[in-house]
Amino acid sequence: MARILPFSTVRARPPEAPAGRAAPPPAAGRRDGPDAPLAKADAERFRGLVLPHLDAAYGFARYLTRDATLAEDIVQDAFLKAYRAFAGFRGGDPRAWLFAIVRSSFLSSLRNRPAWTSDEAAPDAASDEASPEAALIRQGEAQSVRGAIAALPEPFREALVLREFEDLSYRQIAEVSGAPLGTVMSRLARARQMLAVALREESRR
Amino acid sequence: MSGCPDQAELLQAYFDGELDAANAQAFEAHLAACPGCSAALDDLRMLRERLADPALREPAPESLRRRIEATLAAEAPAARPRGHRAGVLPWGLSAGFGALAAALAAVAVLPSTGALETQLVADHVRSTLGTRLVDVETSDRHTVKPWFNGKVDFAPPVVDLAEAGFPLEGGRLDYLDGRRVAALVYRRNRHVINLFVWPQTGPPRLPALGRAHEGYAIVHWTQGGLQFWAVSDVDRGELQAFARLFAQRTGS
Repeated sequence: MARILPFSTVRARPPEAPAGRAAPPPAAGRRDGPDAPLAKADAERFRGLVLPHLDAAYGFARYLTRDATLAEDIVQDAFLKAYRAFAGFRGGDPRAWLFAIVRSSFLSSLRNRPAWTSDEAAPDAASDEASPEAALIRQGEAQSVRGAIAALPEPFREALVLREFEDLSYRQIAEVSGAPLGTVMSRLARARQMLAVALREESRR
Repeated sequence: MSGCPDQAELLQAYFDGELDAANAQAFEAHLAACPGCSAALDDLRMLRERLADPALREPAPESLRRRIEATLAAEAPAARPRGHRAGVLPWGLSAGFGALAAALAAVAVLPSTGALETQLVADHVRSTLGTRLVDVETSDRHTVKPWFNGKVDFAPPVVDLAEAGFPLEGGRLDYLDGRRVAALVYRRNRHVINLFVWPQTGPPRLPALGRAHEGYAIVHWTQGGLQFWAVSDVDRGELQAFARLFAQRTGS
C-alpha cells in the first residue's frame, strides 16, 4: 500500500528545465522522485550551499536581462527551480549549477515574452545602444562600462560576465552555457575585444 | 591588442590562469621575447582593472532576498498541518452543506468500463502508487474541510468514519472529468478508498453497466448538488457500506 510522505504545500509541478541549449548541467533536472519534497537535511544544505550565491545570481541575471525587475523575477524563479531540483545536485560548484538554472530561467522568460524573442529587442538595448560605442554616450565611468557590457550580444556578454565578475573557469562557463570549451574561449576573446574597442572609443570622447 | 595571431588563444588562457605550469612557462618565454603579446597582455589587465570596479556589481535587493526566503519557507517539508491548528474554524458539517443536502439519490455499484470510470480508477491507482496519496494528511475533518476552501469552488462534506472502520486519512486535489475535484482519502484496514467529489452538473449520470473496472469497485451517488465517486480495491460490499455510511452521516 502507498506510503504516506510529508506532503508538499506546492500544487503546481515545477516547470521542467527547458531542453536543448538551455539545459542546465545534467544533475539539475533530476529529482529523486516525481514529487519528493526536499528532506530537511537537504533543505539545510541548500541554505548553506546555494543561498549564499544570491548576490552572484542576481548580478548575472542583471547583466543577462539588462532589466532590474526582470532580473529579480528570474532569480526568484531560478531559486525555486534550484530548490526543487536540489535533490539531484551531485556536488561540483553550486554557483555554476545555479547559474545554469538562472540562464535557463532567463531563456524561458524570453520565450514567454513574444515581444522579446529577439535578444536585441530587450529593454535597454534601445536603438542608441545598438553598438558598444553608442552605449558610451552615458555619463559616468561605471555607468559607461555597464552600458558597454549591456551592448554586447548575449553569448559574449554571458561569457564575459561569468569570467570577469564571477571568476568561473572556462570549463564552468561551458557547463553553464552548454557550449563547447573552444566556443567559450572564442566568445570570451571576442567579448573582450569588443569591450576594449568600446571603452577606447569612449576615452576619445 | 596586437599580439601574435597564432598566440592569441594561449595569451588569453594564460591571462585567465587556464594553462598548466609547463605551457604557462613556455608562454612566458614567448612573452619575454614578444613586445606585441606583452602589450596585448597589458590591455587585458587594464580591462580587468576597469571591470573590477565594485560599482559594477549590484547586490541582490533586500526585497528579493525576502521573497526567496518566503518561497523556500513555503516549500519546506515541515509545513504540514497536523490536527487542529490555531485559527482554523471547526466547521460543522451542516454549515453550507446540510441545508442543501438532499436525499441520497442513488447508491449503485458500478462494475463499469465507461470513460469516467477509467479515469477514476487511474486516479485511484496513481494516488496509491505515488508519493502523493494525500495533500493534507490528517484524520481531523475540521482540518480537511477548510483545506479545500479556495482550492475548489464547492465545499465537499467531510466526516471521519473511524469508529465504523473507515478512518479518514486526509484530502487531496485531483483532476477528473475536465475539472478540479476534491478527493477524500479513507482507509479500510490496509486498503485505500478514494472518494472523489465535485458538483453535479446536468442530469444525474446513470451508472454504466459492465464488468468491475480492473478489479476496482466504484460506487457512485449524488447528494446535495454534488456527485460522489468512491473507488477502492476493497470488496464491493464494503465499499457500498462505506458509501451508505458516508451519505447518512453527511446528509443530515
